[in-house]
Amino acid sequence: MTDSEVAAFVLHEARLIDEQRFDEWLDLFTEDGRYWMPLEYGQTDPILHNSLFYDDKILLRIRIERLKGAKTYSQKPKSRCHHLMGAPLVEGRDADGVRTWAPFHYVETRLDEQTLYAGWARHTLVMVDGALRIKLKRIDLVNCDSAFGNIQLFM
Amino acid sequence: MARDLEAVRGLVRESEVHRDVYTDPEVFELEMKHVFGNAWVYVGHASQVPAMGDFITTTLGTTPVVMVRQGSGEIAVLINRCPHKGTRVANEACGNAGRFFRCPYHAWSFRLDGTIAAIPLPGGYENTGFQGSHAAQGMTPVRNVHVYREFVFARLAKSGIPFEDYFGDSLSSLDNMVDRSPVGKLEVAGGVLRYLHHCNYKMLMENLTDTCHPMVAHESSAGTAVNVWKTMPEGTPRHPAVEIYAPFMSSYQFYESMGIRVWPNGHGHTGVSHSIHSDYSAVPGYFEQMVAAYGETRAKSILDTNRHNTAYFPNMTMKGPIQALRLFKPVAANKTMVESWTFRLVGAPDKLLERTLMYSRLINAPTSPVGHDDLEMYERAQDALHADANPWINMQRLYDPAEAGQGTAVTNGTTEWQMRNQFRAWKKFMCEATA
Repeated sequence: MTDSEVAAFVLHEARLIDEQRFDEWLDLFTEDGRYWMPLEYGQTDPILHNSLFYDDKILLRIRIERLKGAKTYSQKPKSRCHHLMGAPLVEGRDADGVRTWAPFHYVETRLDEQTLYAGWARHTLVMVDGALRIKLKRIDLVNCDSAFGNIQLFM
Repeated sequence: MARDLEAVRGLVRESEVHRDVYTDPEVFELEMKHVFGNAWVYVGHASQVPAMGDFITTTLGTTPVVMVRQGSGEIAVLINRCPHKGTRVANEACGNAGRFFRCPYHAWSFRLDGTIAAIPLPGGYENTGFQGSHAAQGMTPVRNVHVYREFVFARLAKSGIPFEDYFGDSLSSLDNMVDRSPVGKLEVAGGVLRYLHHCNYKMLMENLTDTCHPMVAHESSAGTAVNVWKTMPEGTPRHPAVEIYAPFMSSYQFYESMGIRVWPNGHGHTGVSHSIHSDYSAVPGYFEQMVAAYGETRAKSILDTNRHNTAYFPNMTMKGPIQALRLFKPVAANKTMVESWTFRLVGAPDKLLERTLMYSRLINAPTSPVGHDDLEMYERAQDALHADANPWINMQRLYDPAEAGQGTAVTNGTTEWQMRNQFRAWKKFMCEATA
């Protein structure tokens, strides 16, 4: 897998979110994959320090099914989102997988409100049956310790 | 037209309240002065300031304060304002001041009790009558501070109801949370989740004992969690998050029979006999630690108390069984900062803190599906309340005119008595003169 193929995977993953193809997006995670958004700048511990997200695949599945639900009133009307990503860099390859880094701006919008978030996405990717899969997607917001309103979709 | 307190009284009736108590900036200002002046308001936890000079900054209503550990070991609460030009002195959420606070504007410095330690060029104040000025008194201390089992409360008004009378038996909920530590001690741990709500803080207070909403408003989150779980292969180990979500979908009967207890001065709790926190998996080793510390009978009694939300008037709530505390900080009539604090049970397994953090993350964070469900309802209400056609909010469920005179009572778990109880207290503290 070349660096440019890895980078293309990271961009494709963000595009699936923007196009709200959440089932396909979830399939990109390994069975033990995690989606992590720390609460603290430079956080190292996701267990005994809280995070904004620390979801395994079941929790992501619950969120995705909820977004589709007929009685999900906070999605009436629905949110939309937009990623603007810098070119993903392959930072290392070792036994744990391929590690990438990409800066991003992300907009989530609903009704007349549009909220801008900025941060860095770090992926740990592994090969499963010949395809790249996400073992960890870590999102570090530049203002991770700010107060926020609803964050309903995925960065 | 400026509102007087008599006009404000008319906004609160026995079983309905006027929308102005949620929307009107003038009512909000009066509320900050009177309700948050006369009530005992939660400030912080002693574990946040373990050493001399340690401080946290926060607000009592909209009044900025700093809570600081003294050299004597006592905890003081000071108005966080330089007496000179009004600059906020301590600016970080927490830190250590050393032996003095120092204003960054003109370097006036203050001892940890707020008194002036030094002013540059002091000769400039000689023969000016400065000693009689407000400024000479330093950073204003809040005179009425009470530390109960390391929970720090303050009353801004110089005179008024004593701490013990204000809280009475409601402190039993706080006791239960602390007693869940085998050594009877809590520590703030895991960071704070801050969630901005564009609604009045009282909507959150009323939601605490609103047991007719979970199966409706949270069907989207908790109901989905239950349905996703059903698709998992048989024999899959219970998922800790599903254990947290699923009880929200309990039946009306479950909530009716859990009971609600009300106390004087606007305090109350859901979950008298059982609650959504009753059926969590045991954490290995914990019960044994509790038995060793308290004996089996007492340990069981502590752990079998599974109160749901305890609402402490005017703006704090806690959940003993999961060691979490939320503070609804009023910012404006239509703006509230929700802070979710979590505690480590000192001496207990880390797994308990792990569960506490997961609960807060799934239920009370800006990223929580359950939080999204609730905030959607509050914000829709905050917007639609402006309609003049009907300016009243109804709180009549299981209303009985005889309830008003009762101080403490245990009643049906779907009553709106506790909401009425909060408004009776609101009216009482709103209409007391603030000394």
